[in-house]
Amino acid sequence: MTVDVREPSQDMTGRVKGWNTATRWMAMAAIAVLILAIVQQIEGTNQLTSSSTWSSALRLGAPILLAGLGGLFSERAGIVNIGLEGMMIAGMWFGAWAGWQYGPWTGVALGVAGGAVFGLIHAVATVTFAVDQIVSGVAINILAPASVRFLSSVIYTPDTGGGITQSPRIKDFIKTFDVPWLSNWLVDIEEKAWFFVSDLAGILGGFVTNMSWLTVIVLFLVPFSWWLLWKTAWGLRLRSVGENPWAAESLGVAVIRMKYWGVTISGAFAGLAGAYLVVVSQGIYREGSTAGRGFIGLAALIFGNYNPFGVLAGAGVFGYSQALSLRAGAVHALLLLVAVGLLVLAVYAIYQKKFANAGIQAAFAVGFYFWWATSDVVANQIITATPYVITLLVLAMATQRLRMPAADGIPYRKGEAH
Amino acid sequence: MTEGDRAVELINITKTFPGVVANDDVNLSVGLAEIHAVVGENGAGKSTLMKILYGMQQPDSGDIRVRGEMTKLHTPKDAIAHGIGMVHQHFMLADNLTILENIILGSEPKKGVQIDSAFARARIKELGEQYGMPLDPDAKVEMLTIGERQRVEIMKVLYRGATILILDEPTAVLVPQEVDELFASLKELQAEGVTIIFISHKLDEVLAISDGITVMRGGKTVASTTPQDVNAQELAELMVGSELPTPETTASTVTDVVELSINGLSALHSDGRHAIEDVSFKIHRGEIVGIAGVEGNGQSELVDTIMGIREAVSGTVALHGSDISELPTKERRTSGIGIIPEDRHRQGLLLDSPLWENAMLGHQSVAPFANGLLVDRTAARELTEKVIERFDVRTPSADTHAVALSGGNQQKLIAGKEIFLEPGVLIAAHPTRGIDVGAQAAIWDELRDARKAGLAVLLISADLEELIGLSDRLLVIFDGKIVAELDPGEVTPKSLGSHMTGVSMEESA
Amino acid sequence: MIKRIGLSLIAPAIAVAFAVGVASLALVLVDVNPFYAFGLMWDFATTSTSVASIINRAIPLYVSAIAVALGFKMGLFNIGVEGQYLVAALFAAWIGAQFTIWGPLHTLIIILIAAGVGAAWAGIAGYLKITRGVNEVVSTIMLNFIGFSVIGFVLGQIIIGGDSLIQSTPLLPESAMIPGLNWIFTLLGFSEPRGTELQGFLIIAIILGIAYRFLVWKTRFGFELRASGMNPTAARMSGVNPKRMVLYTMLLSGGAAGLVGLSTMLGKLGAFTQDFPRMYGFTGIAVALLGRNNAVGMALGALLFGFMDRSALILDLNDIPKEIVQIIQGVIVLAVVIAYEIVNRWLQNREVKAASDATKSFSEQAEEVAA
Repeated sequence: MTVDVREPSQDMTGRVKGWNTATRWMAMAAIAVLILAIVQQIEGTNQLTSSSTWSSALRLGAPILLAGLGGLFSERAGIVNIGLEGMMIAGMWFGAWAGWQYGPWTGVALGVAGGAVFGLIHAVATVTFAVDQIVSGVAINILAPASVRFLSSVIYTPDTGGGITQSPRIKDFIKTFDVPWLSNWLVDIEEKAWFFVSDLAGILGGFVTNMSWLTVIVLFLVPFSWWLLWKTAWGLRLRSVGENPWAAESLGVAVIRMKYWGVTISGAFAGLAGAYLVVVSQGIYREGSTAGRGFIGLAALIFGNYNPFGVLAGAGVFGYSQALSLRAGAVHALLLLVAVGLLVLAVYAIYQKKFANAGIQAAFAVGFYFWWATSDVVANQIITATPYVITLLVLAMATQRLRMPAADGIPYRKGEAH
Repeated sequence: MTEGDRAVELINITKTFPGVVANDDVNLSVGLAEIHAVVGENGAGKSTLMKILYGMQQPDSGDIRVRGEMTKLHTPKDAIAHGIGMVHQHFMLADNLTILENIILGSEPKKGVQIDSAFARARIKELGEQYGMPLDPDAKVEMLTIGERQRVEIMKVLYRGATILILDEPTAVLVPQEVDELFASLKELQAEGVTIIFISHKLDEVLAISDGITVMRGGKTVASTTPQDVNAQELAELMVGSELPTPETTASTVTDVVELSINGLSALHSDGRHAIEDVSFKIHRGEIVGIAGVEGNGQSELVDTIMGIREAVSGTVALHGSDISELPTKERRTSGIGIIPEDRHRQGLLLDSPLWENAMLGHQSVAPFANGLLVDRTAARELTEKVIERFDVRTPSADTHAVALSGGNQQKLIAGKEIFLEPGVLIAAHPTRGIDVGAQAAIWDELRDARKAGLAVLLISADLEELIGLSDRLLVIFDGKIVAELDPGEVTPKSLGSHMTGVSMEESA
Repeated sequence: MIKRIGLSLIAPAIAVAFAVGVASLALVLVDVNPFYAFGLMWDFATTSTSVASIINRAIPLYVSAIAVALGFKMGLFNIGVEGQYLVAALFAAWIGAQFTIWGPLHTLIIILIAAGVGAAWAGIAGYLKITRGVNEVVSTIMLNFIGFSVIGFVLGQIIIGGDSLIQSTPLLPESAMIPGLNWIFTLLGFSEPRGTELQGFLIIAIILGIAYRFLVWKTRFGFELRASGMNPTAARMSGVNPKRMVLYTMLLSGGAAGLVGLSTMLGKLGAFTQDFPRMYGFTGIAVALLGRNNAVGMALGALLFGFMDRSALILDLNDIPKEIVQIIQGVIVLAVVIAYEIVNRWLQNREVKAASDATKSFSEQAEEVAA
């Protein structure tokens, strides 16, 4: 078995790795920034590394990240959750309602609760009644939007400023902050337009400027989820239930209770994702404005190989590409970026003596290069499709390396050992 | 016997499942630091009894005493609390977790809210040294061999401080030297004061290692004895309930027409090891060739390769003299290979379908079931009714769903339709496994009759009596290779056993 | 036989009743008398116009349900019907508008294009499953979204022009359209629907339903399809090539999915527009579950859903939140699966008992022998 160095899951499954890993990651990050900087020079834009792009990538990536983490808890407990989108819609609606009534933090709390309620419904159906998990997910995705629409039609009378398809504006957004001194300093450097240095400052600036407190919490949830799942007894039990519930049962683990936890927490995370959209980004619930983010979260989960840091990487890539698609011209540079990125991968593959892979990657690199060289703009629709295409490609190329929990999707009944 | 020296007493245990009495007034008494074997054939009720002792199932009536104390065991947790641990036949391990995680699961040592891995790691090391079972706590279970996995299972139990250890057919999956290692470990455990109860139907092993033996048959305890008071023949008799059947004395019907010819056939496991290697044999019209071997030595893979489900890396399969090695499964079947698959639920039945559809399975593209591209339901039903009639399948009708039938009747249907449709060659893999005696006798008779009528049969079985009683020739498979050809008229179960374990290879070489 | 049909109706009846119960509760909470609301719905739905509208709404749901059911029958979950029918409708409308020929042939060509595109789109998932082992649920979800982007791209970037505010394919020539069936109402002596035309695609949907039933229950292919769905290992042992089966099933399912949007397109809109009706793919899953993959059952399910959608309009006019209809639909999906599970276990127990009665005399004999 060949172990890929890149694979985050190899490192994150329990053991503390030394400085080696850290240095390697730093080096890779530096190379990535360098590529960004070079591509930017060629394209003549500064959008790829501007603090505003990165700040927006963060805001766009956060709900995807949360949905992905939601999926993580459910699927690690062995329950497939394609109802994330519906749970997110519920979270968004309740977040907006409570945000309008009581303010943003209450919005967050009720959003989480709203998502959790639908998570609980999914749990009742799939765990207690052993209903097909996909079917239940589909039902949640029909039921949640219908329920909140019903609530809208009852609650948002014309005098509230809302209506059936949208809520009134929330009282206030979650507060944002700049990291004192550091933020200004990075902005100064970014403005100098020094090659690489300013680029790095721009990227870092995106994380310290106009940062929402909720975003900080969201980012903190990544290591927290990892700690919870891999370092606590509760987490071990949750994962064991997704890998082999019969083994867990034989050791006295309350399998059904763990599954309930996993799925309900999953709903809570998805609910938080929905609430985030309201209290950080949009300030309002509008029908359809989750825009498939629940499914992108699912994509990030698969991309990230059922690991919180992997989900973070997936959400980062998808959020970043969405942020670029909002900036004129930047998307075009993305083509070159992909071409260079593939080329780097191809070189790495040659170094690993995987010549077939190298060939394919190089061919695609050339293709993207020509696309870049012969076009001026990239249609927005191509960017919206990116997360899904990437996920399909990852699935098609690396199925062997992806490791879904072994008992994911398999109905469990107490006492029916396999 | 005083009460004080008893580790476990199961008294008058009765447990019924819908339609079956699994345990009928069963008694079991095991002394402290004793190695006690529970023997019996498949379906004798051993596993159910052990599950009751481990709290996985509750008896309908009867008492459980642990170290003399009356106890109720509602869940495995209760059993663990009483120092009882169980190693299941099918390992209960999560492949994607580490050894450490698998071991501590459910009773994690904690430091604050975190798992105290350092403590667990040290404890596993310590136990490993104490009992001679070294393990790397941080290795993932998916990388381990079968023997190592079993060690993890035993360690799981010891880690919980168990002093009463239940092992469900621990040697069924092991290669011979792993069996030796296991027995050495068990002796070591016994020396440390651990009581061991193990289920087996391998009598030599039972006699070799145990201090006490309880024999079960048909859900009842039929004897409680010790190796000193009983020999293998007597034990077997107790298990089966009568004398061992002697080989058939009916006249040979073997002809010299070759029906199935296997030549140098090899196939691989997914990890690249040989599943079967250079297997060659011929089966003639009217001949039953038995394949003997410990399970997992390539029998299933041999069947799959002959059927075209597993790809052969070399060698040929010829039917009536024509090479079928390149044909897909369906054409192999239509050109005249019938099969009774080893696992009827997994491979042979559509449980939620009516019997006539089950009879059709495998023959859906030939008459009378097929009519061009369509299914001929009337003809299929009629044929199924004939099968039901002739093979005495007990069912309300041909429209009953297969799931409703007992195992014996399901098996009679499968065997019946395959024989009824008169293939040239029949592969019968464990044709009477897990079914009642009546159905077993019926299927044996049918196989003999079909042989007389000219059928060539490849019989694969773990039941030596079945192999010896039916076969004209016996081939022994070991580690994917055919290692011996024996005459069932001369072979004894004991001599066959030594070929099956590969011991005889060195001797005869 | 009648008993059997009666039994198979228990589960959906329980589910619908439960869903109506949940909706009633919601209505009571907002101070509406549920009997009043359901009465309104019933009265409104029993006019000719409503019946035509209900059937029109049921047609795409039925076709969608068939597409889903084809997958279900072999244990595949084609959750991508949504994307398949939208992409198929887009291309069929776009290509179909490029020429004019004799009517029925024109329609047929459009139908074939739609089926082909739908099959191809689903075929990607099938191909990925058999070559790379990619789970079809995930891949069809991804393909849905990729499909939505493709549609946006084609409508927004390639077909530009037209003075309409809504992006749309060019209008189909009259020859492509399927004439309506309102004459049936007059023929049967009912009043003719007003403002609604019973869509001629109904006939194709019926043919499709019959073809589905025939394929699944009467053909060898159908048997192998069902066998693969019930027990893939046994099917394989019986000679079914599982990979080929996956591909064929995905292609068939996608082909059927391709037709979902055609009733609206060829009976009403005459083009694929940016606001082309959506969600049929997902609702089709609900209908397939409700109808238990049975051709007639799914037709009843589709009509029930059509009825609910149609009569929602009258609720709105009476200031009753019409969203309860969607709640009913969502609850039905869950409730029906649970109900089937429970009813099935009960039926199975009955059968086991019947079979063990048949063996009883035998086991008594066996015991005598043993004793």
